[in-house]
Amino acid sequence: MKYVSRFYNFIVFAFLYSPIVVMIVYSFNGIKSRSVFEGFSLQWYKELFNDAVIMKSLYVSLLIAVLAAVISTVIGTLAAVGINSMKGFRKKLYLSVNNIPMVNPEIVTAVSMMILFVFIISKSNTLEMGFGTLLISHITFCIPYVTLEVLPKIRGMDNNIYNAALDLGCPPAKAFLKVVIPQIKPGIVTGFIMAFTLSLDDFIISYFNSGSTVQTLSVTIFSMTKKPYSPKINALSTLLFVTILILLVSVNLKQMRDDAKKKGAKK
Amino acid sequence: MNKNSKGLQRAMTAPFTVWMAIFIIIPIALVLFYAFTDANGSFTFSNILSIWEYRSTYIVSIELAFVATVICLLLAYPLAYSISRMKARHQQTMVLLVMLPMWMNFLIRTYAWMTILEDTGLINTLVKGFLSLFGYEFEGFAMINTNGAIILGMVYNFLPYMILPIYTVLTKIDHSVIEAARDLGANGLHVFTKVLLPQSVPGIISGITMVFVPAVSTFIISKLLGGGMTYLIGDIIENYFLGNTGEVNYNVGAALSLVLMVLILISMGIMNRFDKDAETSGGGLF
Repeated sequence: MKYVSRFYNFIVFAFLYSPIVVMIVYSFNGIKSRSVFEGFSLQWYKELFNDAVIMKSLYVSLLIAVLAAVISTVIGTLAAVGINSMKGFRKKLYLSVNNIPMVNPEIVTAVSMMILFVFIISKSNTLEMGFGTLLISHITFCIPYVTLEVLPKIRGMDNNIYNAALDLGCPPAKAFLKVVIPQIKPGIVTGFIMAFTLSLDDFIISYFNSGSTVQTLSVTIFSMTKKPYSPKINALSTLLFVTILILLVSVNLKQMRDDAKKKGAKK
Repeated sequence: MNKNSKGLQRAMTAPFTVWMAIFIIIPIALVLFYAFTDANGSFTFSNILSIWEYRSTYIVSIELAFVATVICLLLAYPLAYSISRMKARHQQTMVLLVMLPMWMNFLIRTYAWMTILEDTGLINTLVKGFLSLFGYEFEGFAMINTNGAIILGMVYNFLPYMILPIYTVLTKIDHSVIEAARDLGANGLHVFTKVLLPQSVPGIISGITMVFVPAVSTFIISKLLGGGMTYLIGDIIENYFLGNTGEVNYNVGAALSLVLMVLILISMGIMNRFDKDAETSGGGLF
């Protein structure tokens, strides 16, 4: 039984990883083929770094992801504090509104915002689809994830410490910064990371809301899939995969080390 | 908490309230408005009625997404179960391995399958090469641009969304309950149907939702792996808004989106009836 389940796990993981392995192998292909491998070469990596369109869209993606993550983390965290203090219908209403972008199919969220932007733009002469609409749309779909990430941390927080700070004469705003924020920091950090990665990975929302002047990396990749095959995509994917792998492994190693330290301290 | 700080906490939702009102509520109101008006802005039912033309598209989208969801569930459950029975340290690594492909760009993952499934792609080249060793001429499998390829793309992309929630509920099941059932004479099948399955319902439901909703509304997978042979509802909506292959018509596009949204809300409402704990765990009006 044990071997059956091991074999099964192996099959599923092979399924999950085979396309990624294929992508990586063919990024080093000496010729421009998706099936025949001839000689090891780094030429596609070289071409990738010389491709101005890809590099520009990578920059746009990173900039949007950082800005969207920062802004949605601020709005989402503040909202979580407020929602936590609510009761009854009001609380339900806020949680439901927060859930809309998570429940709705992404394409519906995308086109609904696009209708709004096009509507506003049609009424003005100066505005157009571009960086601004892209950023707004990213902030919008990131906020709910931050709120839901921070909310449980606030619920689990000891309110007496905050009240004690107030009783000792600390102004509420300062008490919030010095007492509440440090206690919910893990939730804020997770929310920020989620917002950042969601924004970086997004295609559908960007595709409808970026207009024709600005492109995120996903949109660029999409237009590359419509053109004749170029192993540049493979090279790009390989680099992205390795970056993510290093990030995830280092975060996890740090966590494991922290856990081990905690255990050691308890002993 | 004193009154003053309560007021402050309420005020903290102000940016959220304003933002969500403008960029979530108003856009959805606009979808409703566009769905029930014509190009001049006067009230009409014609957009909603014209959706009848697309009934077969809705049916195909739902069919493909349904098949993909069922396959995901069947693949994910045994894996999630076996991960949940591993040592804590191994569990962490396995969860990481499940999540890692999700962090790859969605388009790249789908594109990789194009490489593999194409007529001159990896599978066909390997099979042809192998058979030619024995002197056979083989034309190759027709895999790309079929509904099968679309389902494969859906299963591949959304499988982790099924594994993770099921794994989460399975780790919460107390192993001694399973042992107790066995001691009391339950066989493997009974343990599964009477103990494991009932307790994993919430995870299965969130897994189904997380796979079905993106699958039924996708337009990328059908474009890249279906080669535009099969139009899904997402493709039609995309066309009405961006007009890549047809006329731009926000009104019909909005009506199509509205129907898709309502269909999903209804199916989620039905799903949640199976989850007895939903009322206590989630706070929502829907």
